[in-house]
Amino acid sequence: MIWLDTLVQGLLLGGLYALFAAGLSLVFGIMRLVNLAHGDLIVLAAFVVLVVVEATGLNPFLSALIAAPALFAFGWALQWFVFNRVLGKDILPPLLVTFGLSIALQNGMLEVFSADSQRIRVGALESASVDLGLVTVGIMPLLTFASAVAVIFTLNQIFYRTALGRAFRATSDDPVTASLMGINPRSVFAVATGLAMVIVTIAALYLGMRSNFDPSIGPARLIFAFEAVIIGALARFGAR
Amino acid sequence: MKHAMQVTVTTRTRASTVAGSVALGLIGLGLILPAFASRSLIQDLFFILTMLTLAQLWNLIAGYGGMVSVGQQAFVGIGAYAMFAGVILLGWDPVFAILLGGIAAFLLAIPMAFFAFRLQGAYFAIGTWVIAEVTRLIIAQWKTLGGGTGTSLPREATADIIGVATIANLFDLRDAAARDVLAYWLALALAVGTMAAIYALLRSRNGLALAALRDNDNAARSVGVDAGRLKWLVFLAAAAMTGLVGALIYMQTARISPDAAFSVTSWTAYVIFIVVIGGIGRLEGPILGVLVFWGLQTAFSDYGSWYLLALGLIAIAVMLFARGGFGA
Repeated sequence: MIWLDTLVQGLLLGGLYALFAAGLSLVFGIMRLVNLAHGDLIVLAAFVVLVVVEATGLNPFLSALIAAPALFAFGWALQWFVFNRVLGKDILPPLLVTFGLSIALQNGMLEVFSADSQRIRVGALESASVDLGLVTVGIMPLLTFASAVAVIFTLNQIFYRTALGRAFRATSDDPVTASLMGINPRSVFAVATGLAMVIVTIAALYLGMRSNFDPSIGPARLIFAFEAVIIGALARFGAR
Repeated sequence: MKHAMQVTVTTRTRASTVAGSVALGLIGLGLILPAFASRSLIQDLFFILTMLTLAQLWNLIAGYGGMVSVGQQAFVGIGAYAMFAGVILLGWDPVFAILLGGIAAFLLAIPMAFFAFRLQGAYFAIGTWVIAEVTRLIIAQWKTLGGGTGTSLPREATADIIGVATIANLFDLRDAAARDVLAYWLALALAVGTMAAIYALLRSRNGLALAALRDNDNAARSVGVDAGRLKWLVFLAAAAMTGLVGALIYMQTARISPDAAFSVTSWTAYVIFIVVIGGIGRLEGPILGVLVFWGLQTAFSDYGSWYLLALGLIAIAVMLFARGGFGA
């Protein structure tokens, strides 16, 4: 039954990659911005969660809850003050800005947090597993997968059931017409990037609990996210 | 209209003539420089010239061709490894083995373009990056060339590189210094050759078509520009040249590892930085950019990651506030 075991474990690991990809895809779908710093933002969020855990001694899940609003604000500001200024017909400026941000983040984190491998500890939960008869699966991978499903379901509900989602879809389709209807595309973009950072926080939480991380692993996470997006068809969120 | 309008087309100005003569003077000076320059100056110039060539090539595909590749390290790495393979496995002279680097990069560029050209804009960028990573992982499996830890050029191969003995006699240098002079001359030849080729391309029919494509894709296609053919041409030519530069760089260092040869920071991030601060889509941009970059590197590289952090922030600031670079 090793093939079944491989399949199940692979599927559960896919949940983590789906979390990596959801934030990238959300931003791309709404404003056609490919964030080359996405992987480094995941690592940054993992460090923020770790700092909260160490400072407060709280459970990592609660710590992520505290970190998420701060990272939302960071994402909002990043979009408002930086990315919004370079979005346009020319695709080069946003690419170069996010690439510069990637280099700056990696080295900034290296200075602040050092090159040591870190890990978010969750005690007994790390090695807990359940026996499902044919296969035995870890609680952590199961939680990761469930969270990925929940994140994607929630995003879908936001997109199709709320005024914010309507604004997302309208801006994605046609920013000029959307702004005639009283939507400010710039602030919609800022909220979208803030929301993407919340998803990034969730991804970072599971990344940090699953394996070691250090400031240099961002680009590889970006590549995983990118591959998940490409294989699963580009940007289903908002863009059709 | 009754009479045909008299049209005068000027392609040379006084400034361009002056710049041309200055450039020729500089090339002459560069050729005879090893006669009186110190070894460290020659090494600095080698660094400047190779980075300048890489920057000009990236500027050609991204600035003129609109193809923002983040995978140039694939060509540097494969070029360097092909050179090492030529020396270690085939027993070639390193100078001739550099040509293998160009060929290998060209061959890698064909499947790379085949896949990456299906991706648009920013996805092209990450696509090329992914392909470069895959190439690095494959090369790291090549046990004969050191696998993941890398290898060095054998001493007997570096001892009698063609021309080194002559240079050593000519300038009365030790062999190691003479090798640097040889590498420097080759770098000068590559840099001048690359810039002359790009200049010639831009003045030709194809160059005009390339500029038209970058400015307005649809309009260019509507007057009969074959976009696909041009992109292939530019991408493959730039890849082959990048492979030559990579092989030359690793002939000079004589030591290689997959992480260094396929480093996205060294061969793509630095190169993009040079082009962006100098002014993208201009032939003189990379020249200015490489001088600024070298100045920053010499002054601040002791600060390690703070220095790289600052480079990233400067690149962002240039894009936000001075889109044309310092050269504008």
